[in-house]
Amino acid sequence: MERKRLLDVRQLSHRYATGHEAIGELTFGVDDGELVSIVGPSGCGKTTLLKSIAGLQKNTGGTVSVDGEPVNDVPKGLAMVFQDYSRSLLPWLRVYANVELPLRYQALGTEERHRRVAQSLEAVGLDAAAHAYPWQLSGGMQQRVAIARALAYQPRLLLMDEPFASVDAQTRADLEDLVRRVRYQFNATILLVTHDIDEAVYLADRVLVLSGSPSRILAEIAVDLPQTRDQITTRADDVFVQLRSRVAQLIRRQPHTEGNLEPTPI
Amino acid sequence: MAVDIDRPPPLALAGRMVQSFAMRYSIGIGLIVAWQIATAHIHSIFFPTPVEILKHAIDLWLSGPAEHLFLSDAVFKDVLPSIGRLLTGWSLAVVFGTVLGVLMGRSRQLFDFADPILQFLRSLPGPALVPIFIILFGTETEMRIILIAFGTVWPVLLNTIDGVRAVDPVQIDTARSFRLPTSALIARTILPAAMPKIVAGAKISLSLAIILMVVSEFVASTNGIGYEILNAQMTLLLTDLWCGILLLALLGFCLNALFGFIEERLLYWHRGLHQRADR
Repeated sequence: MERKRLLDVRQLSHRYATGHEAIGELTFGVDDGELVSIVGPSGCGKTTLLKSIAGLQKNTGGTVSVDGEPVNDVPKGLAMVFQDYSRSLLPWLRVYANVELPLRYQALGTEERHRRVAQSLEAVGLDAAAHAYPWQLSGGMQQRVAIARALAYQPRLLLMDEPFASVDAQTRADLEDLVRRVRYQFNATILLVTHDIDEAVYLADRVLVLSGSPSRILAEIAVDLPQTRDQITTRADDVFVQLRSRVAQLIRRQPHTEGNLEPTPI
Repeated sequence: MAVDIDRPPPLALAGRMVQSFAMRYSIGIGLIVAWQIATAHIHSIFFPTPVEILKHAIDLWLSGPAEHLFLSDAVFKDVLPSIGRLLTGWSLAVVFGTVLGVLMGRSRQLFDFADPILQFLRSLPGPALVPIFIILFGTETEMRIILIAFGTVWPVLLNTIDGVRAVDPVQIDTARSFRLPTSALIARTILPAAMPKIVAGAKISLSLAIILMVVSEFVASTNGIGYEILNAQMTLLLTDLWCGILLLALLGFCLNALFGFIEERLLYWHRGLHQRADR
């Protein structure tokens, strides 16, 4: 069955006003229902990429289209989970109100809104925390709220910008499994950016490996693992280990840039 | 999940409350006692004792009939109109300052255009403007309200601009990514985020408003707290003068306390957020 192409990125490039070229040339697509992870060295413009796709930033070259429509400003049906949950969740609103806020401008009825909020809070395991303020919760719980907020919105495309970089390893494992679970439950198409190679392979159907900046795609790797995955057994699986080291080798050869350093030639 | 408070036994709690009360008010009470002793000793008409001032104040303001809550006519003639002007002027300043502040904070162009004019206007001291305001706006209540509003808009305006500019870009990106309409972006993201600064500005404005209220009543007025104070001075009713000052002090104290309550409710989340962050 031919899957619909949801996200189409062609020759995307971005050069900052300072002259620094964050993104060299990126061409890739994401199909409906896929979970694609993007992994690369630090400073390779992964966040810039997501912001361009989300329409939060205008890229200096190339095109992005979501569901066939070119992206100029933020497209409809797009939700984003940011790395810094404490700055993305609104501290003056309780958890319930935070999750509900984007829905208030979607022309749904009160009942439908309530249903969606309850459903997504339950899906992330936070139905008991609906009346708390975000800052009363732990980091992992706050990121769950952010995920619930994105899910309740029922986006066509869910973007995740290093969502688990700011939580501890154990919480990260729980959240990774959460993402895989809700992905099937909500039939979400997810593009996830991470610097964690294990995470990239564990979560995805396909892994895109980026070079250092100006970034381009070094490899597109299909993840040949079963749909049901487990933190312990999957990570010990031969296929996983192979994929993982292949990605690691590609990335290790890349320069890690910070700021405007010139990347060294490979 | 939430913060736990260990409740101490009732006796210890009462002891702690007495101790806290003593710490906060002992100096004040001590000063009043010293003042009473000093003025009783000096026997000068310029310095009535606190007891005399208090007795006279009750005479002036609390000797009315029971239906008026024992408030005398003087309260209805002077005190309430003054407070009314004060609160009206201040409210206008807060509303106007917030609206203009949001516009200027969001638009760099508007800010660059308006800022020089506003910097000039805000440097004009309110009391010095009274003569001009009389020419422009007459000698009635409107003039005083406009004067108070004009003089007190600046802290709110400047703080609002500051607060709006300092809103976390991640919060704005979040609102944009969910395609919140501009009205919602402002009402539900920018304003709440800037609220701590706006409230701080409003608090400063409140103190300024009291000053301007009194000063505006020094010239060409027929009622008001300021008018009565000036009158008392000119007719050498010195105890009345002191009573007026006492009233102003009480007014300032009560308004600030009231404002403090409102601030606590409005900014509950802000305190909670920063207490957590400081751990």
